[in-house]
Amino acid sequence: MVPLEWYLILAAALFCVGAYGVMSRRNAVAMLMGIDLMLCAVGVNLVAFWRYREPTAVTGQAFALSVYAVAAIETAVCLALTISLWRTRNTVLMEDTD
Amino acid sequence: MTFHLTLHQILFLAAGAVTLGAAVMVVTRRDVLQAAFYLILSLVGVTGLYMLLEAPFLAAVHLFVWTGVVATLIVLAAVLTRNPMRPGSRGASHRWWAAALIAVALCAVLIWTTRTVVGRPMSHDWQASPAPVPEHSVAALGTALVDPDGFALPLAVTTALLLAGLSGAAAVLRKH
Repeated sequence: MVPLEWYLILAAALFCVGAYGVMSRRNAVAMLMGIDLMLCAVGVNLVAFWRYREPTAVTGQAFALSVYAVAAIETAVCLALTISLWRTRNTVLMEDTD
Repeated sequence: MTFHLTLHQILFLAAGAVTLGAAVMVVTRRDVLQAAFYLILSLVGVTGLYMLLEAPFLAAVHLFVWTGVVATLIVLAAVLTRNPMRPGSRGASHRWWAAALIAVALCAVLIWTTRTVVGRPMSHDWQASPAPVPEHSVAALGTALVDPDGFALPLAVTTALLLAGLSGAAAVLRKH
Protein backbone atom coordinates (compact mmCIF):
# COMPACT_ATOMS: atom_id res chain seq x y z
CA MET A 1 0.00 0.00 0.00
CA VAL A 2 0.85 3.67 -0.16
CA PRO A 3 2.54 4.98 3.02
CA LEU A 4 0.30 7.10 5.24
CA GLU A 5 2.75 9.95 4.75
CA TRP A 6 1.75 10.30 1.09
CA TYR A 7 -1.88 10.88 1.99
CA LEU A 8 -0.93 13.41 4.66
CA ILE A 9 1.31 15.37 2.28
CA LEU A 10 -1.35 15.33 -0.44
CA ALA A 11 -3.98 16.56 2.03
CA ALA A 12 -1.61 19.29 3.27
CA ALA A 13 -1.04 20.47 -0.30
CA LEU A 14 -4.78 20.40 -1.06
CA PHE A 15 -5.50 22.36 2.12
CA CYS A 16 -2.93 25.01 1.22
CA VAL A 17 -4.25 25.36 -2.33
CA GLY A 18 -7.70 25.93 -0.84
CA ALA A 19 -6.31 28.41 1.68
CA TYR A 20 -4.63 30.32 -1.15
CA GLY A 21 -7.98 30.42 -2.96
CA VAL A 22 -9.77 31.82 0.10
CA MET A 23 -7.13 34.47 0.68
CA SER A 24 -6.56 35.60 -2.90
CA ARG A 25 -9.94 35.49 -4.69
CA ARG A 26 -12.14 38.54 -4.99
CA ASN A 27 -15.35 36.71 -5.85
CA ALA A 28 -17.34 35.34 -2.90
CA VAL A 29 -18.36 32.19 -4.81
CA ALA A 30 -14.72 31.50 -5.67
CA MET A 31 -13.73 31.96 -2.02
CA LEU A 32 -16.39 29.41 -1.10
CA MET A 33 -14.77 26.92 -3.49
CA GLY A 34 -11.47 27.41 -1.64
CA ILE A 35 -13.21 26.60 1.66
CA ASP A 36 -14.67 23.46 0.07
CA LEU A 37 -11.20 22.34 -1.03
CA MET A 38 -9.93 22.82 2.53
CA LEU A 39 -12.80 20.75 3.95
CA CYS A 40 -12.05 18.03 1.38
CA ALA A 41 -8.44 17.91 2.59
CA VAL A 42 -9.68 17.47 6.17
CA GLY A 43 -11.87 14.57 5.04
CA VAL A 44 -8.95 12.87 3.28
CA ASN A 45 -6.86 13.18 6.46
CA LEU A 46 -9.62 11.73 8.66
CA VAL A 47 -10.22 8.75 6.38
CA ALA A 48 -6.47 8.13 5.93
CA PHE A 49 -5.91 8.07 9.69
CA TRP A 50 -8.92 5.77 10.11
CA ARG A 51 -7.56 3.37 7.49
CA TYR A 52 -3.97 3.27 8.75
CA ARG A 53 -4.45 3.59 12.51
CA GLU A 54 -7.84 2.21 13.53
CA PRO A 55 -9.54 0.35 10.66
CA THR A 56 -11.65 -1.66 13.10
CA ALA A 57 -13.11 1.45 14.78
CA VAL A 58 -15.89 3.50 13.19
CA THR A 59 -14.77 6.84 14.65
CA GLY A 60 -12.84 8.06 11.62
CA GLN A 61 -15.66 7.44 9.17
CA ALA A 62 -18.25 8.94 11.54
CA PHE A 63 -16.14 12.09 11.87
CA ALA A 64 -15.76 12.28 8.09
CA LEU A 65 -19.56 12.07 7.75
CA SER A 66 -20.02 15.00 10.12
CA VAL A 67 -17.55 16.99 8.01
CA TYR A 68 -19.92 16.38 5.06
CA ALA A 69 -22.89 17.72 6.99
CA VAL A 70 -20.94 20.83 8.03
CA ALA A 71 -19.69 21.34 4.47
CA ALA A 72 -23.16 21.03 2.96
CA ILE A 73 -24.70 23.49 5.41
CA GLU A 74 -21.79 25.90 5.06
CA THR A 75 -22.24 25.91 1.29
CA ALA A 76 -25.99 26.50 1.56
CA VAL A 77 -25.65 29.40 4.02
CA CYS A 78 -22.75 31.01 2.12
CA LEU A 79 -24.61 30.83 -1.17
CA ALA A 80 -27.76 32.29 0.39
CA LEU A 81 -25.68 35.21 1.68
CA THR A 82 -23.95 35.62 -1.68
CA ILE A 83 -27.21 35.65 -3.63
CA SER A 84 -28.70 38.06 -1.11
CA LEU A 85 -25.67 40.31 -1.57
CA TRP A 86 -26.08 40.09 -5.35
CA ARG A 87 -29.74 41.11 -5.10
CA THR A 88 -29.11 44.11 -2.85
CA ARG A 89 -25.83 45.46 -4.19
CA ASN A 90 -25.45 43.78 -7.56
CA THR A 91 -21.92 42.60 -6.78
CA VAL A 92 -20.18 39.52 -5.42
CA LEU A 93 -16.73 41.08 -5.20
CA MET A 94 -15.56 41.22 -1.62
CA GLU A 95 -13.86 44.62 -1.84
CA ASP A 96 -17.17 46.24 -2.87
CA THR A 97 -19.02 44.99 0.20
CA ASP A 98 -17.59 47.11 3.02
CA MET B 1 17.62 3.18 -5.22
CA THR B 2 15.10 1.73 -7.57
CA PHE B 3 11.43 2.49 -7.47
CA HIS B 4 8.95 -0.27 -8.00
CA LEU B 5 5.56 1.30 -8.01
CA THR B 6 2.72 -1.05 -7.33
CA LEU B 7 -0.63 -0.66 -9.07
CA HIS B 8 -2.04 0.82 -5.87
CA GLN B 9 0.64 3.48 -5.77
CA ILE B 10 0.18 4.35 -9.44
CA LEU B 11 -3.56 4.76 -8.88
CA PHE B 12 -2.85 6.94 -5.82
CA LEU B 13 -0.50 9.15 -7.81
CA ALA B 14 -3.04 9.47 -10.63
CA ALA B 15 -5.90 10.37 -8.28
CA GLY B 16 -3.67 12.75 -6.35
CA ALA B 17 -2.47 14.46 -9.52
CA VAL B 18 -6.05 14.93 -10.77
CA THR B 19 -7.14 16.29 -7.37
CA LEU B 20 -4.25 18.71 -6.93
CA GLY B 21 -4.06 19.81 -10.56
CA ALA B 22 -7.78 20.56 -10.70
CA ALA B 23 -7.56 22.31 -7.31
CA VAL B 24 -4.84 24.62 -8.64
CA MET B 25 -7.05 25.39 -11.65
CA VAL B 26 -9.96 26.14 -9.26
CA VAL B 27 -8.01 28.85 -7.47
CA THR B 28 -6.35 30.33 -10.57
CA ARG B 29 -9.12 30.45 -13.22
CA ARG B 30 -10.54 33.92 -13.58
CA ASP B 31 -13.96 32.71 -14.70
CA VAL B 32 -15.87 31.41 -11.68
CA LEU B 33 -17.96 29.03 -13.79
CA GLN B 34 -14.82 27.37 -15.20
CA ALA B 35 -13.42 27.16 -11.68
CA ALA B 36 -16.64 25.45 -10.54
CA PHE B 37 -16.25 22.73 -13.17
CA TYR B 38 -12.62 22.19 -12.17
CA LEU B 39 -13.87 21.88 -8.57
CA ILE B 40 -16.09 18.97 -9.69
CA LEU B 41 -13.04 17.28 -11.26
CA SER B 42 -11.06 17.78 -8.06
CA LEU B 43 -13.87 16.28 -5.97
CA VAL B 44 -14.02 13.23 -8.26
CA GLY B 45 -10.28 12.80 -7.65
CA VAL B 46 -10.93 12.79 -3.89
CA THR B 47 -13.58 10.10 -4.47
CA GLY B 48 -10.85 7.99 -6.07
CA LEU B 49 -8.67 8.52 -2.97
CA TYR B 50 -11.52 7.25 -0.78
CA MET B 51 -11.84 4.15 -2.94
CA LEU B 52 -8.09 3.54 -2.55
CA LEU B 53 -8.50 3.92 1.22
CA GLU B 54 -11.12 1.12 1.10
CA ALA B 55 -13.97 3.33 2.27
CA PRO B 56 -16.53 2.67 -0.52
CA PHE B 57 -19.49 3.97 1.50
CA LEU B 58 -17.73 7.28 2.15
CA ALA B 59 -16.75 7.44 -1.52
CA ALA B 60 -20.42 7.09 -2.51
CA VAL B 61 -21.51 9.69 0.05
CA HIS B 62 -18.76 11.99 -1.16
CA LEU B 63 -19.87 11.60 -4.75
CA PHE B 64 -23.51 12.33 -3.90
CA VAL B 65 -23.04 15.10 -1.35
CA TRP B 66 -20.13 16.98 -2.89
CA THR B 67 -20.26 16.46 -6.61
CA GLY B 68 -24.03 16.02 -6.56
CA VAL B 69 -25.29 18.69 -4.20
CA VAL B 70 -22.49 21.08 -3.25
CA ALA B 71 -21.09 21.41 -6.77
CA THR B 72 -24.58 21.87 -8.23
CA LEU B 73 -25.28 24.65 -5.72
CA ILE B 74 -21.98 26.34 -6.53
CA VAL B 75 -22.53 26.13 -10.30
CA LEU B 76 -26.02 27.55 -9.79
CA ALA B 77 -24.69 30.44 -7.71
CA ALA B 78 -21.89 31.06 -10.21
CA VAL B 79 -24.44 31.31 -13.04
CA LEU B 80 -26.88 33.46 -11.03
CA THR B 81 -24.29 35.98 -9.92
CA ARG B 82 -22.24 35.93 -13.08
CA ASN B 83 -20.84 39.36 -13.50
CA PRO B 84 -19.74 40.23 -16.99
CA MET B 85 -16.45 41.37 -15.50
CA ARG B 86 -14.80 44.31 -17.07
CA PRO B 87 -12.24 43.07 -19.55
CA GLY B 88 -8.83 43.10 -17.96
CA SER B 89 -10.17 42.83 -14.42
CA ARG B 90 -8.51 40.08 -12.48
CA GLY B 91 -9.92 37.19 -10.50
CA ALA B 92 -7.33 37.56 -7.75
CA SER B 93 -6.86 40.50 -5.42
CA HIS B 94 -3.90 42.89 -5.57
CA ARG B 95 -2.08 41.12 -2.76
CA TRP B 96 -2.34 37.63 -4.24
CA TRP B 97 1.42 37.20 -3.78
CA ALA B 98 1.06 37.57 0.00
CA ALA B 99 -1.64 34.89 -0.04
CA ALA B 100 0.64 32.64 -2.10
CA LEU B 101 3.49 33.24 0.34
CA ILE B 102 1.34 32.33 3.35
CA ALA B 103 -0.03 29.23 1.59
CA VAL B 104 3.45 27.98 0.59
CA ALA B 105 4.80 28.61 4.10
CA LEU B 106 1.85 26.77 5.66
CA CYS B 107 2.36 23.86 3.25
CA ALA B 108 6.08 23.70 4.11
CA VAL B 109 5.34 23.65 7.85
CA LEU B 110 2.69 20.93 7.44
CA ILE B 111 4.92 18.72 5.30
CA TRP B 112 7.90 19.26 7.63
CA THR B 113 5.76 18.30 10.63
CA THR B 114 4.43 15.23 8.86
CA ARG B 115 7.89 14.06 7.92
CA THR B 116 9.30 14.72 11.40
CA VAL B 117 6.51 12.91 13.20
CA VAL B 118 6.23 9.99 10.80
CA GLY B 119 10.02 9.63 10.60
CA ARG B 120 10.38 9.08 14.36
CA PRO B 121 11.58 5.61 15.39
CA MET B 122 8.70 5.38 17.88
CA SER B 123 6.11 5.51 15.18
CA HIS B 124 7.61 3.16 12.66
CA ASP B 125 4.36 1.24 12.56
CA TRP B 126 2.88 4.19 10.62
CA GLN B 127 4.89 3.04 7.66
CA ALA B 128 3.82 -0.57 7.98
CA SER B 129 1.03 -2.06 5.98
CA PRO B 130 -2.17 -1.35 7.91
CA ALA B 131 -4.52 -3.97 9.31
CA PRO B 132 -7.25 -5.08 6.90
CA VAL B 133 -10.63 -3.39 7.04
CA PRO B 134 -13.23 -5.63 8.71
CA GLU B 135 -15.72 -7.14 6.32
CA HIS B 136 -18.82 -5.50 7.80
CA SER B 137 -17.38 -2.04 8.42
CA VAL B 138 -20.28 -0.27 6.69
CA ALA B 139 -22.83 -2.14 8.83
CA ALA B 140 -20.80 -1.31 11.93
CA LEU B 141 -20.79 2.38 10.93
CA GLY B 142 -24.56 2.37 10.42
CA THR B 143 -25.14 0.73 13.79
CA ALA B 144 -22.79 3.13 15.55
CA LEU B 145 -24.58 6.15 14.06
CA VAL B 146 -27.89 5.23 15.76
CA ASP B 147 -26.41 3.68 18.90
CA PRO B 148 -27.05 5.83 22.01
CA ASP B 149 -23.61 4.83 23.29
CA GLY B 150 -22.08 5.61 19.91
CA PHE B 151 -22.84 8.57 17.66
CA ALA B 152 -26.59 9.02 18.14
CA LEU B 153 -26.18 12.34 19.97
CA PRO B 154 -23.67 13.81 17.46
CA LEU B 155 -26.01 12.70 14.66
CA ALA B 156 -28.95 14.48 16.34
CA VAL B 157 -26.85 17.63 16.82
CA THR B 158 -25.81 17.48 13.16
CA THR B 159 -29.45 17.17 12.14
CA ALA B 160 -30.34 20.21 14.24
CA LEU B 161 -27.45 22.10 12.63
CA LEU B 162 -28.69 21.19 9.15
CA LEU B 163 -32.22 22.34 10.02
CA ALA B 164 -30.99 25.59 11.57
CA GLY B 165 -28.69 26.29 8.63
CA LEU B 166 -31.35 25.64 6.01
CA SER B 167 -33.91 27.77 7.91
CA GLY B 168 -31.33 30.55 8.14
CA ALA B 169 -30.55 30.34 4.43
CA ALA B 170 -34.26 30.44 3.57
CA ALA B 171 -34.83 33.39 5.93
CA VAL B 172 -31.95 35.36 4.38
CA LEU B 173 -33.35 34.81 0.89
CA ARG B 174 -36.97 35.58 1.81
CA LYS B 175 -36.26 39.06 3.12
CA HIS B 176 -36.21 40.61 -0.35
